Amino acid sequence: MKKLSVKSVVAIGIGAALFFVLGKISIPTPVPNTYISLQYAIQAVFAALFGPIAGLLIGFVGHTLIDATSYGPWWSWIIASAFAGLVIGLVTMKMDINEGIDTKKIVRFNVAQAVAHLLAWGLVAPCLDILIYSEPIEKLFAQGLVAGISNILTTGIVGTLLLVAYAKTIVKRGSLNKED
Amino acid sequence: MAKAAILSYIKRDSLVHELTGTTKLIFFLAWSIASMVTYDTRVLICMLLMSAVIFKVSRIRVRDIRFVLGLAAVFLVMNNLFVYLFSPEYGVGLYGSRTVVLTIAGPYTITLQQLFYHLNMTMKVICVVPVALLFIACTDPSEFAASLASIGVSYRIGYSVSLALRYIPDVQREYHNISQAQQARGIDLSGKDKLFTRMKNSVAILLPLVLSSLNRIETISNAMELRGFGKNKKRTWYRLRKMKRNDWIAVAFVLAVLVIDLVVTFWDGSRYYNPFM
Repeated sequence: MKKLSVKSVVAIGIGAALFFVLGKISIPTPVPNTYISLQYAIQAVFAALFGPIAGLLIGFVGHTLIDATSYGPWWSWIIASAFAGLVIGLVTMKMDINEGIDTKKIVRFNVAQAVAHLLAWGLVAPCLDILIYSEPIEKLFAQGLVAGISNILTTGIVGTLLLVAYAKTIVKRGSLNKED
Repeated sequence: MAKAAILSYIKRDSLVHELTGTTKLIFFLAWSIASMVTYDTRVLICMLLMSAVIFKVSRIRVRDIRFVLGLAAVFLVMNNLFVYLFSPEYGVGLYGSRTVVLTIAGPYTITLQQLFYHLNMTMKVICVVPVALLFIACTDPSEFAASLASIGVSYRIGYSVSLALRYIPDVQREYHNISQAQQARGIDLSGKDKLFTRMKNSVAILLPLVLSSLNRIETISNAMELRGFGKNKKRTWYRLRKMKRNDWIAVAFVLAVLVIDLVVTFWDGSRYYNPFM
């Protein structure tokens, strides 16, 4: 494995801290006991900016910290969070946000996050739950579906807005013209 | 946002505190694995009793972690309720017999097997809670990176974790400041606004937070690069402690628990202890 750069090390640390802080803040939705998980929007943005390993570890460390400081770690969901970050990072790997953003990149980011969350909450989390906690399949898939859809919506709306706003703040190469 | 109650390091003088971070990390991981693998009632009862004893030894008071226990209780009740609502006959399939205690309505009957399944599932979660809480409450955060490195995790990742722990309070404060400033300008995140508006409003808070975090990443990584971080294969840790006698005893104990757990659980070829056969 290629060694992590210093910047990735720091990005993982700060990203996980953000993931943790946002995970502790709950914004209510009309569905009882379901909250908007803003942390996944941040995770997706960081995965797109810093790559798959950063996405994976931000999810893993951040989610473990959230769980360990509330009711003990629920490993299957922690692994699903890490998995989502990895997939988003992999799909968005070669798109350089620092070079500006266009519709194609936005679509790619959203396809990446939708696929990632669908797989993570529709497949990885329920399968691990069956393996580890042996809970009824119907409950797990219903739960995973709700979590997955709400995460896709949150990441799609908030994550995309963040990414676009971030790209606008960056001064593009060659944007300065020599005055005649 | 009211200051969220978050579990953190509680400094006390106890046997558990004295153990090195490495020991506690190994203990916590082995204990989690042991509880995840088994569904055997006898093993779970033993683990539950042992975790209660460990909690007593740590001299952390129930009062210190009351809010966390409350959260765990709510979580467990909800989880049990959902499992029952979705498949009230799950235990029957699992244990291969059916003893009806009470019929509520339609498919919802209460069977002994279902109750027994719920009991096991609940114990499985509960027996990790004290150990997980103690791991957080009794481990000095600055020692944590050192213990990760000492069980073989790359020190870069260990350093990321300790950066995360170090910057959580800063990020929290920053979030709080930004959200107060934006609320003063009329941006609302509470239930009074429409869902989509709320999401859009959250961007107004998140964007400054992300930008300042990216600046922070730049500053910190420059500082680390200047000090030659990552140049060598290994690094030393200021807070690394040597394993003492008690550490080895604790590690041996938890490994023994794990082995016994595996043996007892899989002895008869099934993960479940079945008293109904």
